Amino acid sequence: MRSRARNSKHTAILMSFWGAAVAIWVASSQTVYTAPKGDVLSLGGTVTEIIYALGEGHRVVARDSTSLFPEEVSALPDVGYLRALSPEGVLSVAPELIISEDDAGPVEAIDVVKAANIPFVTVPEDYTADGIAEKIRIVGEALGVPDRADVLAAGVTAQMTAALAKTTTVPEEDRKRVLFILSAAGGPIMASGTGTGANAIIELAGAKNAITDFEGYKPVTDEAISLAAPDVILMMDRHGGQAIADDDLLSRPALQPTPAAQNNAVVRMNGLYLLGFGPRTAQAVVELNQKIYGP
Amino acid sequence: MAWVLVGKSADLDTDRKVIAHRAHLWLLVFLIASCFASLSIGASDASLWSALGRWMAGELLTRMEQIVLWDIRMPRTILGVLVGAALAVSGTILQGLFRNPLADPGIIGVTAGASVGAIGAIVLGASLPLFIQASVGPYLIPVAAFLGSWATVVLLYAIATQRGRTSVATLLLAGIAMAALAGAASGILIYVSDDQQLRDLNFWLLGALGGATWEKVGFAAPLILLALFCASFLGRALNGFALGEATALHLGIPVQRAKNVAILCVAAAVGTAVAFSGSIGFVGIVVPHLLRLATGPDHEPLLINSALLGGALLVWADVAARLVVAPAELPIGIVTALIGAPVFLWILLRRRGVLDL
Repeated sequence: MRSRARNSKHTAILMSFWGAAVAIWVASSQTVYTAPKGDVLSLGGTVTEIIYALGEGHRVVARDSTSLFPEEVSALPDVGYLRALSPEGVLSVAPELIISEDDAGPVEAIDVVKAANIPFVTVPEDYTADGIAEKIRIVGEALGVPDRADVLAAGVTAQMTAALAKTTTVPEEDRKRVLFILSAAGGPIMASGTGTGANAIIELAGAKNAITDFEGYKPVTDEAISLAAPDVILMMDRHGGQAIADDDLLSRPALQPTPAAQNNAVVRMNGLYLLGFGPRTAQAVVELNQKIYGP
Repeated sequence: MAWVLVGKSADLDTDRKVIAHRAHLWLLVFLIASCFASLSIGASDASLWSALGRWMAGELLTRMEQIVLWDIRMPRTILGVLVGAALAVSGTILQGLFRNPLADPGIIGVTAGASVGAIGAIVLGASLPLFIQASVGPYLIPVAAFLGSWATVVLLYAIATQRGRTSVATLLLAGIAMAALAGAASGILIYVSDDQQLRDLNFWLLGALGGATWEKVGFAAPLILLALFCASFLGRALNGFALGEATALHLGIPVQRAKNVAILCVAAAVGTAVAFSGSIGFVGIVVPHLLRLATGPDHEPLLINSALLGGALLVWADVAARLVVAPAELPIGIVTALIGAPVFLWILLRRRGVLDL
């Protein structure tokens, strides 16, 4: 009986420590922010990029967690992940206009926001040069700066045309096979098939996707990776050391026999820059082309 | 089972009975206070009290106040109370029925079945015939989850019932097998899902009250309330079960009927709860155990207390979920597990000597 009492006293102390820890965590994560002047809630990394590229960044009052560029947006309140929005969270930043990528959700949250009579502009995803210009025009229209949007869209289209003029000169038989790896930590390699942003950017950069057997991102067996025989491996770079190191990656048995491993050809680029299909895509295409084929 | 009988001295027993009945009132007050807290706390600065004051004075509320208070916080709070009560009462019933302190709503396959339904809806929803999509619309996921949970329970019940007698042990083991099977089915669906669907799945699996609407409350409330009402009559039978099925039968308890009612109640309550809020863990385990510590094992007050405390705790978990990272919000499953798991460990530590039978 006595030992039980002592035991429960110990656990009570432990519990109160734990409670205090949680309380501190809760208190410290309550970020205090002062609402900046602005009226636009931007949902989606590319939309945010376009708003800033149009010179309307000062109007952004809040963003979603995928909006990471330009760096100054990280100072703005974050309403959470684009596909898991909280209706009250969205309303609490008091936007007068919401510009969103087309996969914002859940439906209930969007319905409530629409019921609040806040204009909600959806920007469709598209992995082509024309699609980028269209996105810019839609955002420009919503912000009331259609002229500036036309200028930016024309500029981006010109840059894309110039970039493609360079990258499409690669003859079909010389196109390198690129394997886009979404993640390789732990289990099987998650690679990109067709129909993805990664597939599109690889083709724009004058290369071929090494895997065309399926759509979307899927885990791929090691043998299929060896058979795909990629010349280059493309990955998103991540901060904070989550990404697998090149040596560890290339020493995986699946990759060892591939030309990519033999030439140590691993290309890492920022995810939003590489897959965002926004104002910086022309630059990304050129950069990727150079990283694949050399300057 | 020893844990039911711990500390069974006459004095303690009467004391606890008094406490248990007094607890109804305190827990009801706590629940109401929790609801007011939930209505007045949120990411936006809409204030319940100023809105109420002006509403009483006959003034019109701003559109923002109406939406935040009436369309967002109110259905969310009500759904929180309903789901919390459903999970806690189901936990109490199942722990009594299985005479196992570790039983929780997941054990009769409800959660696993609901997951298969919901995951199927998320992954395959777009390829359903158009007339189905049009008729259920945005409620495809809850409807599918609900059907999934019911299908699993009916199947399990059929497996465990022979010649009109339901074997609790078979139910338990078959539940584990069904959970594994459902896990595999979910795995297949997850494999064929795309990037976006995967993220939706993740958020569904962690649970959330964020999507609460009046329509959802309208669907969920009748089912959960009916289940809770029926469950409130199970107290005596569950007390009998604690002594073993045979003894319960000799005490004059209609054992088979009690089992049927118990399983139906749990399936209705948890199936609905999971369908509308995803899988939220630990409420079903923590609440009954906390109450047993305070008020003893008598199921009659315990069932009512579980409903009150379960509702209140889930409402608080939801308040935390929407405040911690405001204006974003955490999945509520993270909050309940973060609070529930240590409490559960504490219960285990306290009862270590008793459970090592």
